[in-house]
Amino acid sequence: MSLGYYVKSFTLWEFVKAHWLTLKYFFKPKATINYPYEKNPISPRFRGEHALRRYPNGEERCIACKLCEAICPAQAITIEAQPRDDGSRRTTRYDIDMTKCIYCGFCQEACPVDAIVEGPNFEFATETREELIYDKAKLLENGDKWERAIAANLAADAPYR
Amino acid sequence: MPKVKVDGVELEVPAGATVLQACELAGKEIPRFCYHERLSIAGNCRMCLVEVKPGPPKPQASCALPASEGQEIRTDSEMVKKAREGVMEFLLINHPLDCPICDQGGECDLQDQSVAYGKGTSRFDENKRAVTEKYMGPIVKTVMTRCIQCTRCVRFAEEVAGVPEIGAIGRGENMQITTYLERAAKSELSGNVVDLCPVGALTSKPYAFEARPWELKKTHAIDVMDAVGTNIRLDSRGRQVLRAVPRINDDVNEEWASDKTRHNVDGLVRKRLDKPFVRKDGKLVEATWAEAFAAVAAVKHGGSVAALAGDLLDCETMFAGKALVEKLGGSMLEGRQTGLAYDVSSLSAVNFNTTLAGLETADAILLVGTNLRWEAPLVNTRIRKAIKKGAKVFAIGPQVDLTYKVEWLGNDASLLAKLPEAVVEAFGKAARPALIAGGGILAKDGAHGDTLALVETLGLIKDGWNGYNVLHFAASRMGGLMLGYATQGGIKAVAAAKPKLLFSLGADEVDYSAFENSFKVYVGHHGDKGAHAADVILPGASYAEKAGTYVNLEGRVQRGEKAVFAPGDAREDWSILRALSEVLGAKLPFDSFEQLRAEMAKAVPALGQEGLADYGWSAPSLPTGASGEFGSPIKDFYLTNAICRASPTMQQCSAELVHGETYAEAAE
Repeated sequence: MSLGYYVKSFTLWEFVKAHWLTLKYFFKPKATINYPYEKNPISPRFRGEHALRRYPNGEERCIACKLCEAICPAQAITIEAQPRDDGSRRTTRYDIDMTKCIYCGFCQEACPVDAIVEGPNFEFATETREELIYDKAKLLENGDKWERAIAANLAADAPYR
Repeated sequence: MPKVKVDGVELEVPAGATVLQACELAGKEIPRFCYHERLSIAGNCRMCLVEVKPGPPKPQASCALPASEGQEIRTDSEMVKKAREGVMEFLLINHPLDCPICDQGGECDLQDQSVAYGKGTSRFDENKRAVTEKYMGPIVKTVMTRCIQCTRCVRFAEEVAGVPEIGAIGRGENMQITTYLERAAKSELSGNVVDLCPVGALTSKPYAFEARPWELKKTHAIDVMDAVGTNIRLDSRGRQVLRAVPRINDDVNEEWASDKTRHNVDGLVRKRLDKPFVRKDGKLVEATWAEAFAAVAAVKHGGSVAALAGDLLDCETMFAGKALVEKLGGSMLEGRQTGLAYDVSSLSAVNFNTTLAGLETADAILLVGTNLRWEAPLVNTRIRKAIKKGAKVFAIGPQVDLTYKVEWLGNDASLLAKLPEAVVEAFGKAARPALIAGGGILAKDGAHGDTLALVETLGLIKDGWNGYNVLHFAASRMGGLMLGYATQGGIKAVAAAKPKLLFSLGADEVDYSAFENSFKVYVGHHGDKGAHAADVILPGASYAEKAGTYVNLEGRVQRGEKAVFAPGDAREDWSILRALSEVLGAKLPFDSFEQLRAEMAKAVPALGQEGLADYGWSAPSLPTGASGEFGSPIKDFYLTNAICRASPTMQQCSAELVHGETYAEAAE
């Protein structure tokens, strides 16, 4: 046992060191933010809640090609399609089970018309599981609600594609 | 047998083979669009280019080039690769890139081959061609911009279907495929052009946008719409069969299927019986299985039990029904619902003895009392093939358009006794003569005997050849006859015996007014005639919802698998009969489908193995001397059974193609 050991031991050096560290962080700027009043910036590539987009004239983009359903590794997407009255190919059912979804983003990569996208929203917690099974109406509503942000994100990411 | 070298491997090919076939034999895949094994060679897509020496120093279309001695064929050279890439680029010039909305997506030849043999980029910057949609009837949807002008549909309509109503107009880039005057192609086989089309130009109208090929469960089944026993694949998703497509079986259906076979499947989800019903005070009311069984058990039948089999039944159901009737002390079984009462003492005398594939080789054919196009469209295609090889066809019966040259002798049954000299002469010279007796024969007294007498006169039976054929048009008929579903005197005799308890196993064509005093138990799948007349309805399974053994008109035993589950409370027919037997105190000796099959094979060994059943040949001596006109047993091709009558597609086909109603549909 060296002398230094006894000195450190009797002066409670480790306590002093720990308190000094605490004191140092006391004056540093904070790493945490005051969520939900403050939020971190997120990447344009952020993969949050799904949305079905529309064209500017209000026509829904989805053409029921079912590529998203095919590529979904969690098999969270269910689509049924039929000719619409005007003969065009549209979905009659577009469900995403958000409890199954793993947010990999394959669906938006597969989509040939940029209809299904994962928007910037990550605050869609619900009280029941049932509410997390999204149907077409909900997804289109999401699209309408988030269109501005989604379009901006797509535009920001476009040069890298 | 010329010897050729394919990519350095020497092999012998059959005489008359093309270079493309030689490459196939060598195991080399040759991309193609216009070439099809069962159609004539057109050579207009140019996708099958290969390098051939000796020959001009340029790639050659292998589908149209005969393989000859000493040829050196290369399918893997740089020249071939470049040629294929070039052809593919040309084909894609005018083909729209609308795969995401195209129904062919996922099973498209152009898609697959452009991935495998294409270049990935195009140098074409100009506008693509656009073509207006053409109207082709209620079955075929057209998106003509996608057409690559392979002309497979044109050749099919002309060569196989025999209705030269599809053709090409214009030339070069302006060439368009269309139907004559843009009317529906009037063929029972028009659905096949959908399978033939290598792109998405012709797709199925009832199936439009329904599903992608990768999400479908595929089940091998046997069709029950006619007695041919078409081998089909049922594509289902969840609990619904979405489409039926033919499987290749050269002995039965080659690779075709009639429109009824393809498009009855939307009838499988409509008008279904999904709960047991019991008649109370003259009205059918929903009941539980126990109540329904109790209602049957309450009948005091005293052994007076009969069973009627429908046209769509599998052998297992018929066997279980027979076993139940016999356990209850009854013996009357009948499957010929419309009152036919022909003699069945020899099964060979009511069988299609020539076999379907054999009919192709016949060189003189006499059709008696039949409209083949409606009774068995696929038999008609075989006769077309026989004619192409030089066969002569005569016919007695109501004159109809059979799509080929027929010498009509008149509609008079007495002609059978004194055939015109020309017929006897032609049959005398023929090496493989065949007679086909259709539905009109079996309904007419004496006509069956008359045709059997012709076996001698026309020399229908030769060494290794039996030319006597009876054409049935109910899928369950041959199986039913093998199981004994035939009572002397037909259904009239059953009605005359006044059975107290009558099991109707999917029998929807019976005139139930003759069974007013019987307690009728209907085991079936559709709310059709049989269900309306029943006192107790036990919901059963359709052909798509149960595995089953079927015997086609030539006595071929085939097995189908179960594609989906029956809706609601409906159960498989055999299990209903088994459960009912326990309540009736006549427990059937099988607990599983396998045991049932084994029992059936024990009772009728021929049903135990797939393949042609051997009936031998024996002609019973039957009364002859028929006279008068032949009728047709089929009034409407598209509405022959309960499933078809429930199908909106078949209803539309009937209205448009049989009754001539025009559907004002804008083709654009």
